[in-house]
Amino acid sequence: MIRLLGDFDLAEEALQDAFTAAVERWPIEGTPANPRAWLISTGRFKTIDRLRKRRREVPGEYDMPQELTESEDYDIADDRLRLIFTCCHPALNADAQVAMTLREVCGLTTEQVAAAFLTTAPTLAQRIVRAKSKIRDARIPYEVPTRNDLPERLATVLHVVYLVFNQGYFTRADLAAEAIRLGTLLADLLPEPEALGLLALMLLHDARRATRTNTAGELVPLEEQDRSRWNKAQIQEGVALVERALTSRGFGPFALQAAIAALHAEAPTAAATDWAQIAGLYDVLNRAEPSPVVELNRAAAIAMRDGPEHGLALIDAILARGHLRDYHLAHAARADLYRRLGRKAEARGAYMRALELAIEEPERRLLQRRLKEL
Amino acid sequence: MRYLCLIYEDEKWWEKASKDDMQKGMAEYTAFTESIKKSGAYVGGEALQPTTTAASVRVRNGKISTTDGPYVETKEQLGGYYLIKAKDLNDAVQVAARIPGARHGTVEVRPIMEFDQP
Repeated sequence: MIRLLGDFDLAEEALQDAFTAAVERWPIEGTPANPRAWLISTGRFKTIDRLRKRRREVPGEYDMPQELTESEDYDIADDRLRLIFTCCHPALNADAQVAMTLREVCGLTTEQVAAAFLTTAPTLAQRIVRAKSKIRDARIPYEVPTRNDLPERLATVLHVVYLVFNQGYFTRADLAAEAIRLGTLLADLLPEPEALGLLALMLLHDARRATRTNTAGELVPLEEQDRSRWNKAQIQEGVALVERALTSRGFGPFALQAAIAALHAEAPTAAATDWAQIAGLYDVLNRAEPSPVVELNRAAAIAMRDGPEHGLALIDAILARGHLRDYHLAHAARADLYRRLGRKAEARGAYMRALELAIEEPERRLLQRRLKEL
Repeated sequence: MRYLCLIYEDEKWWEKASKDDMQKGMAEYTAFTESIKKSGAYVGGEALQPTTTAASVRVRNGKISTTDGPYVETKEQLGGYYLIKAKDLNDAVQVAARIPGARHGTVEVRPIMEFDQP
């Protein structure tokens, strides 16, 4: 309906009209053979009427959507893809992209989306209204981008899905599940290597959900997690997807991160993890998408491969360049390495700094425990 | 010489304006446009949708990047333009001063760069 009308609000009104008509007529005339097509064509005619009326009231204000006169086949899957690409259009700001995707694609209520992003329902409703007006007024097309634009546009969509997943990482299993549903849809409809990579990454991270925090709500680090409780079916699915992604041309950061997650997921113990290969994958990742956070992870892998002092030197070099100074995980990583070297005073200082910066409660509790144990 | 007159106004004014104020504002612009069409100064002109509908496009290393915005925190936004013909800048300023938006906003007058034909 949005595709036909080019306007979210008109489409919602149209559908409402159609359902009202259905409630009145179906019990009398019987349910039509194709209820979906019936609803769409009814909504469409109701909208033509509505637009004609408005046109008489306010001449020239509304353009009559052209496609309304053409008949088309409706493809549900294609429409969902178009909807995702419209909600994640790069001309909308990042907050609006996430809000629109959760509201319009996942069907969450405004209140649910607001709760997920720690904002109030009116603020969020306004964000959505603005995004919808922009889609209408700037004429953001309701379509899947052409082959040429696809890599850039898909990157934006995948980024939004990953944001939703991360928002649900610790406490909101429902958001993580929503993100995996979206990721599955994208991987099915558009099996590009990065779409497969993102789905694999989310499945592999999510497979450890049960063991990531303990009953006290404290983060359990990877090496202390009970690996027998990891979701094996999900790990298998993730690993298979990673393999598919890495053997296709054009894989990128998501597939590489998924490959790293797969090595962790398949290792029988933390010590028996293939740290050399993980460090190598971080090298490739840092070349594909250079970032201090990737360097930090690479440093942690090198510390496991070559010893804590090697990792420390790399992290200190990142901090000396002025990066990650306010990133709690950089200080937490330094603290862990000092702890492993038995240098308690330095470990304590670094844990304190990490604790000042950490926001998520499970992470804070782990840091507090480490401090107490020193 | 041709000059581009860029009209910077508080776009919120149009959002908040009552129906009467809006009609008055529109009528002023219509009258101004008519007057410069008659005098021969008019080359072109359009009003723009508000900045909330804007997209910023950049190409870096051959890659197109589209973003929201630009949202510069200013009181006045580019809301429309006239392209006019004028004898000189003074003449252009005289025309620009009659643009309704000049009374509450700012009109930036920029001479068009004319390239010599090879």
